[in-house]
Amino acid sequence: MSSDWPLFEVFIRSRSGLEHKHVGSVHAADARMAIEHARDVYTRRQEGVSLWVVRSADIVASDPEEADALFEPARDKVYRHPTFYAIPEEVKNL
Amino acid sequence: MYTQALDTHGKEPLPAGAGSSAALAQRFQERIDVEEKIEPKSWMPDAYRQTLIRQISQHAHSEIVGMLPEGNWITRAPTLRRKAVLIAKVQDEGGHGMYLYSAAETLGIARAEMIEQLLSGAARYSSIFNYPTLTWADVGAIGWLVDGAAIMNQIPICRCSYGPYARAMVRICKEESFHQRQGFEIMLTLAQGSAAQRAMAQDALQRWWWPSIMMFGPSDADSKHTAQSMRWKIKRFSNDELRQKFIDITVPQAQFLGLTIPDPALRWDEAAQHYLIGPIDWNEFHAVLAGHGPCNHERLEARRAAHEAGRWVREAAAAHAAKERSRQPQAA
Repeated sequence: MSSDWPLFEVFIRSRSGLEHKHVGSVHAADARMAIEHARDVYTRRQEGVSLWVVRSADIVASDPEEADALFEPARDKVYRHPTFYAIPEEVKNL
Repeated sequence: MYTQALDTHGKEPLPAGAGSSAALAQRFQERIDVEEKIEPKSWMPDAYRQTLIRQISQHAHSEIVGMLPEGNWITRAPTLRRKAVLIAKVQDEGGHGMYLYSAAETLGIARAEMIEQLLSGAARYSSIFNYPTLTWADVGAIGWLVDGAAIMNQIPICRCSYGPYARAMVRICKEESFHQRQGFEIMLTLAQGSAAQRAMAQDALQRWWWPSIMMFGPSDADSKHTAQSMRWKIKRFSNDELRQKFIDITVPQAQFLGLTIPDPALRWDEAAQHYLIGPIDWNEFHAVLAGHGPCNHERLEARRAAHEAGRWVREAAAAHAAKERSRQPQAA
């Protein structure tokens, strides 16, 4: 069995002013080829104005099994949201 | 994230208090029941993983093999417009194969292994692509009927419990719509053309109707995987439910074209509010699936030849990349 070219994750900026968003992955021998493959696979209908490709092996991700512990510190801090504060209705522009 | 590499990191540590696999399996099913998406690094039962690998890779193979019957007509498309459209459609099918292989890889199988399974004949692909495209009207019938049936099958998979598969399907379904419409347009043009063109359209419908009906798979009574796939929300409707939906929307379209569906038993059932069809020839379905369709051999040979012919390109690109890396050790 032949081995695969390295895997790259693909991110697209769909139009100017928006952030790049993950759309999928491609195999490619190098970064330049990854950009070309990403264009052919993910932007056949003008889905983007800019592409990022990142070697999948270089991405570090959080562990879903540890999500509870990782995100727990924010859970009891509802006072970070504006709706936490009761303001009388007649007060405007707050 | 869509990676196999990441997937291998996440599986080892078990959450405190959920040590037994029964507890994990129960929590997994609860997540599915509340429509939470399962992502590559989430814990999942091995059977769920294997079912998805099989289904997504077969789906990907179908897209790749599906390029062949239509590719057969690219050089002979009747006009430049038709040719440009057909090239774009076949390119889309290739792209769909890529989205799906990429989704399957997140479950821990290598792309090369899936390709190997296809080329060795171990993996299945949709039996519809083992029928030949004898005339230009077949390109129309494939777009209209085969892509129509595929859309009917695929739209519910956009809500599949496995995130990467669902997201790939959303992208695919958006693109398939053009495939079906261009096919219907070809049929409409032929149906409104000369007597010979109408006959060609009728002949294509004659040959593609039943294979399209069979694309929904065995009837519910004989479907092995349906119940578990429904519980896991990989599948949302049964084969027969989807088949009926397809028949109900397609019969009026054939009537609009002025073409006759090759089923003397076909009738509208007022009480059921459905079109009822005659018996399906399941022997044909199983024979084609078992490798005895008109083009099984030819399709696999074409894929193998393409894979072999491309080998030097893959190797040269890998060698070039290795050389570039050795010249610039700092570069990515």
